[in-house]
Amino acid sequence: MGEVRIGVYICHCGKNIGGVINPSRVAEFASKLPNVVVARDYMYMCSSPGQMLIEEDIKRHNLNRVIVAACSPRMHEPTFQGVLKKAGLNPWLLEMVNIREHVTWVHEDVPDKAEEKAKELVYAAVMRAQHLYEITIHRLPVVKSALVIGGGIAGIRAALDLANAGIKVYLVEKKQSIGGKMAQLDKTFPTLDCSKCILTPLMVDVARHPNITIYAYSEVVDVSGSAGDFKVKVRLKPTYVDWSKCTGCGYCTERCPARAPREFDEGLGTRKAIYFDFPQAVPRRPVIDPKYCLWFTKGICRACEKLCPVGAIDFNQKDRYIELNVGAIIVATGYELYDMTKLREYGYGKYKNVITGLQLERLSDADGPTKGKIVRLSDGKEPETVAIVLCAGSRDEKHVRYCCRFGCAAAIKHVYYVKHSVPEAKVFVLYTDIRAFGKGYEEFYQRLRGMDDVYFIRGRPAEIFEAKDGSLIFDVFDSNTGQLLSIKADLVVLESAVVPPKDWESLRRMLKISCDPGGFALELHPKLRPFETTADGIFLAGAIQGPKDIPDTVAHAAAAAAAAIGFLSKGEVESTPYLAVVNEDLCSGCGLCASVCPFDAIEIKEEGGRRIAKVNVIRCKGCGACAATCPSGAMQQNYFTDTQIVSEVSALAGGAK
Amino acid sequence: MGERFEPRIVVFACNWCSYAGIDLAGVSRIKYPHNVRIVKVMCSGRVHPEMVLKALVDGADGVLITGCHPGDCHYISGNYKTMRRYLLLRKLLRQLGLEERVRLEWISASEGDRWAKVATDFVEHIRRLGPLRLKEVMSAE
Repeated sequence: MGEVRIGVYICHCGKNIGGVINPSRVAEFASKLPNVVVARDYMYMCSSPGQMLIEEDIKRHNLNRVIVAACSPRMHEPTFQGVLKKAGLNPWLLEMVNIREHVTWVHEDVPDKAEEKAKELVYAAVMRAQHLYEITIHRLPVVKSALVIGGGIAGIRAALDLANAGIKVYLVEKKQSIGGKMAQLDKTFPTLDCSKCILTPLMVDVARHPNITIYAYSEVVDVSGSAGDFKVKVRLKPTYVDWSKCTGCGYCTERCPARAPREFDEGLGTRKAIYFDFPQAVPRRPVIDPKYCLWFTKGICRACEKLCPVGAIDFNQKDRYIELNVGAIIVATGYELYDMTKLREYGYGKYKNVITGLQLERLSDADGPTKGKIVRLSDGKEPETVAIVLCAGSRDEKHVRYCCRFGCAAAIKHVYYVKHSVPEAKVFVLYTDIRAFGKGYEEFYQRLRGMDDVYFIRGRPAEIFEAKDGSLIFDVFDSNTGQLLSIKADLVVLESAVVPPKDWESLRRMLKISCDPGGFALELHPKLRPFETTADGIFLAGAIQGPKDIPDTVAHAAAAAAAAIGFLSKGEVESTPYLAVVNEDLCSGCGLCASVCPFDAIEIKEEGGRRIAKVNVIRCKGCGACAATCPSGAMQQNYFTDTQIVSEVSALAGGAK
Repeated sequence: MGERFEPRIVVFACNWCSYAGIDLAGVSRIKYPHNVRIVKVMCSGRVHPEMVLKALVDGADGVLITGCHPGDCHYISGNYKTMRRYLLLRKLLRQLGLEERVRLEWISASEGDRWAKVATDFVEHIRRLGPLRLKEVMSAE
């Protein structure tokens, strides 16, 4: 850029700076520093006349560096960058000196020292400014489509919001129907709405929406590219039914002779080998389970093939792969229940009458294995006494440390199920704390707590034993009354802890997003940006960010969709100004930079017979870890090069000359 | 007795946590010694050990590296890299007898008061150690 010509501007900020130090003296000091062409002070630099003053100076004195000594750059850096831009200068030729927050506001009691410090900081900025250079912001166009991974209530809500905003949405669901956990619930707390009645219309909306394509029974196997332009490979698992021919009539499922445990009923009921997930499945297309199908296991039958009126059965189907090109990704993979067999003292899996809360949902559902009757699994009898155990695995150092956030309200709802199905039943609720935090939850709790024969006991059961008749016996210490109680129950319901899905870890690595100690996806900021990730263009919806109940999940999903819409409608993605840049002449291709990059933004590529580090300008977030690691100085960080930092450090260490 | 020794201290502060925390001390008008000079970096993981040594060689009496608390790094893991580099650097500093002059501290964006305390403690600590005079020693040779 040739000769360095610096303008220095010292702001009074009214009395905030000017009341402690003398800005004119600082300006006069600055005017004698190397390559400083002009130095001035002004009452309010950020005001319109202040900005104009700088703009005119840039033109009149042909300035190519501007130093503003005023408030924190976190406050007005963008303001003054705008001034440079307006005057035709690259905004990164600006250097701000923080003489308010870091000087006059904290050293008011020693004004002489404060002024000396202000001068030294200005001196260091002048030394650093010698090495500033123009920075190019890279812009890439955004592909205006989105991938939603997971078709539970979070994915459904996000997909609908995106599609309604005119964005093409691909919804990938690993099961054969969308609907997720909410479809398995009988009712929802605290309103006791029928869960399916509020969910299935949305499922139909998704299927009918012209902007949404559902890939059910599918999974994401590879993600490449970056924000605005992701390439996603999806595996369509073999269903052995040609879904494009199938009409969903269901003849095949009626005549299939093979039976298997029904996953949708949490293993309680049975289904055929060719089956729908549940009657309201979307898409309503069956799948053949080769583990149980007689053709796959014994080489006989093929009844479905003979019966199908449209010839949709295809026993030779193989994995198929498709590639999607999307600008944004919404992760809505939801949660799983913690494996209750790990809580050996409760006997789940060993004792028939110990069930999970989700299994109770299936018993209570009119469409479930018992047509909505709550019974003991050992003998089908109505239970006289039911014990509901909260925090099964949650808030427990041996299992899961965090709270599941819906167990309490679910347990209260389960009290209702039991009392509704068997009004004379006794219900014991064994809790750690009742956290009825949501809207209407406390009222719901008080209502159910006041019912006859419902006992809330603050304590966790000791080991559970099974009596000969299948009922369950255990002791529990009630910490409210200080009594040790002995309880005999016909049915024990465990409100399970919540964990991320088993296959989440591989997807998380594909997406290159981090996780919290519980394994859930890490949000960009726990309070201000809970639905964004450190990876641009990738958003979080629902329980994959952490356990959530339905209202929170829906709110979170809608927020994620809104953030994705905002991101996509901008039309292009911008690189960070603080980009890592490689001096290819110095790079030896050792790859240390790539190994420390938290965003996988650096690749070592073969070029002209040698290995060179290449930076993905959109992935790079500008932390500078690579620059600090590079042994040859080939990797530098824009606005924070070794030379820029060292010249500032050296000036501050040595003091003003 | 001459004037009280006023140490010269260079502070590296990450943009997201520590620099914001230091700003907050200003906004809250929490006083601390004037001896500290802040160098902003985007992440404490950008701080190369050579930069720390350069500060000491060029006249600083002490160097403070500040970053986000473990687990809070804006760039996921930058502060862990800082910690590892710092521990290695300390081994070298121990050989040189400079171990006491460099410190690593975690300051969050909400810890203006903690920053003031860290700065005050460190300035006092360096004041007790006395001037380093590495620059004079080096230029005398």
